[in-house]
Amino acid sequence: MAYLELKNVCKTYGTGKDSTEVLSNINLTIEEGEFVAIVGFTGSGKTTLVNLINGLIKPTSGEVLFKGEPVVDTSHERGVIFQNYSLLPWLTVGQNVAMAVTEAFPKESKSEIMERVKSFVEMVGLSHAINKRPKELSGGMRQRVAVARALAMKPEMIIMDEPLGALDALTRGNLQDEILNIWNQDKRTALLITNDVDEGIYMADRIIPLKPGPNATLGPEFKIEIDRPRDKTALNDNENFMKTRNEIIAYLMTIGDERKSVSEVEYVLPDLEPKSFVGSL
Amino acid sequence: MKQEITLKTESQAPNIMKPITEFLKLKLGKVNFLGGFKKTGITILSILLFIGLWHLGSKALYNKEADYKVEKALTEQGQAAADAERACIESGESGCQPNTLPSPTQVWASLQSLIADHYIIKEKKDAFATKMEATNQKLIAKGKAPIVYTGRASFIDTVLTSIKTVFAGFLLALLIAVPIGIIIGLSPTLKSAFNWFIQIFKPVSPVVWYLLVFMIVKTIYIGKSSDNAFVISFISVGLCAMWATLVNTAMGVASVDKDYINVAKVLKLGTFQKVFKVILPSSLPLIFTGLRITLSVAWMVLIAIELLAQSPGLGLFVWEEFQNGANDSNSKIIVAMFVIGIIGFLLDRLMLTVQQMVSFNKNEGI
Repeated sequence: MAYLELKNVCKTYGTGKDSTEVLSNINLTIEEGEFVAIVGFTGSGKTTLVNLINGLIKPTSGEVLFKGEPVVDTSHERGVIFQNYSLLPWLTVGQNVAMAVTEAFPKESKSEIMERVKSFVEMVGLSHAINKRPKELSGGMRQRVAVARALAMKPEMIIMDEPLGALDALTRGNLQDEILNIWNQDKRTALLITNDVDEGIYMADRIIPLKPGPNATLGPEFKIEIDRPRDKTALNDNENFMKTRNEIIAYLMTIGDERKSVSEVEYVLPDLEPKSFVGSL
Repeated sequence: MKQEITLKTESQAPNIMKPITEFLKLKLGKVNFLGGFKKTGITILSILLFIGLWHLGSKALYNKEADYKVEKALTEQGQAAADAERACIESGESGCQPNTLPSPTQVWASLQSLIADHYIIKEKKDAFATKMEATNQKLIAKGKAPIVYTGRASFIDTVLTSIKTVFAGFLLALLIAVPIGIIIGLSPTLKSAFNWFIQIFKPVSPVVWYLLVFMIVKTIYIGKSSDNAFVISFISVGLCAMWATLVNTAMGVASVDKDYINVAKVLKLGTFQKVFKVILPSSLPLIFTGLRITLSVAWMVLIAIELLAQSPGLGLFVWEEFQNGANDSNSKIIVAMFVIGIIGFLLDRLMLTVQQMVSFNKNEGI
């Protein structure tokens, strides 16, 4: 039995004439302990797919099965790292993590919770910033807090929705390694949604492209046969890496071209003029 | 003769303006210490210009009124009466002073007399209390209400009454508007149930609110001797002022960032936790904006409501001085006007400080 299984999942937004089918016929199987990456263009429905898996939204048709049970709601078993960090700005780093810990381990005493919070904040290297608020932190640090918060609930599966999308290349590389390290420690199942093919190849066991929406569907999977731990600097000379990378990019280019040819409708833009507010007080 | 009067006022003007400018220099100098002296200088200059224009305006009105009085005496009673009238005005005798916009000097003098009056009344009160102490203790022992001083309230007492009323009204508004706002913001069904109610009662005038509250409170207090003016005025103030908070709270709660709601869902927070740990903190800035508007509206409507309710606050003070028509009534009204303005300003600053304490930068915090 697969660990996570999506069977013919469709998701439609809106009703009647205005409805758009964002995802159609998504079939996906993830085994326990696997690291799967889904790559796709912006706006192809990646976030919708993530929300279906973590239980924030329900599919219009089809089934999402987690350990054989249909997903009806969010669960502590599936930790989520959001694209825009989603830290609560009025809480400190420690409080943000503590909120998750308190919910996931309601029976623990205050000191046990504090211990847990401290250990997870330390794990992402932010012990010095535990009493700072998100706005005092850099983008990379904020994302680390989000990672700590997701992992502090001890989820069985980590779902990451473009977690590093808003970071600069250097911070990105560092965090990729950190996430891999954490994943390596207890080999939890992981699903990474990304728009960066290199990131996918570096981190995942399998890469599945998501064809651009509307009516987005999953393309053929690409297995990454590079031994772990992977060395980022040596990766560029790895034949396997180059081959897989070229294949994936070639595939994405073709479906990108298809999309262009499909959508050759000419849109008439409204004739708007910026309103001048100067002197209109 | 006219010129003498003018000279007299002018010679006094620098004396009264000196403490004001000194005070402003000190205060504004502190506030804008880093902003440089240019801004402070402009503020002081504009204050001086304002006082100057006020002085000139009141002088012109004074002269017009004085001329009219003399002219009237001349046409009605002849030259002798006119001369007598002019002499009377000149001598500064209170009986024949022109009744018009008071000059800054007169207002300053009235302020001082009002403060002096406060101490006189306070002494009387204390004397009364010591005199009645023994009797009151007996009354209390018997379970009866003690006899309290019922004389005229001093200006400072009226200010304190007004502040007490506005805070009681504000508290009432807060206790009604914030919980209802949260409930309405959370449930679209209740929002449509309450919406007509809010839209209809929001624009109702303070006077009508007063009448409504009067109808109800009067019946509740029927047969009781206690004074209900305070109760009526603070309830009316609260009902008039609560709408801004109600609407802002509902809006703040309804428009919580979807990301925060998703976080709450993913962490599986219960409804109670979700409301108190995510929705409320995130809507606090908007709630406090509403409360700030509520407090300034409360202070504005308070004056009119106190006047109607005969509650011994600033509103009643202004009205009684106007009805009184004594020589210094007009300048006392102007004193009250400044006091109302300054207290309103301070209340707003107070709320602004609280608001800044609870707010966070939403955009940077994500």
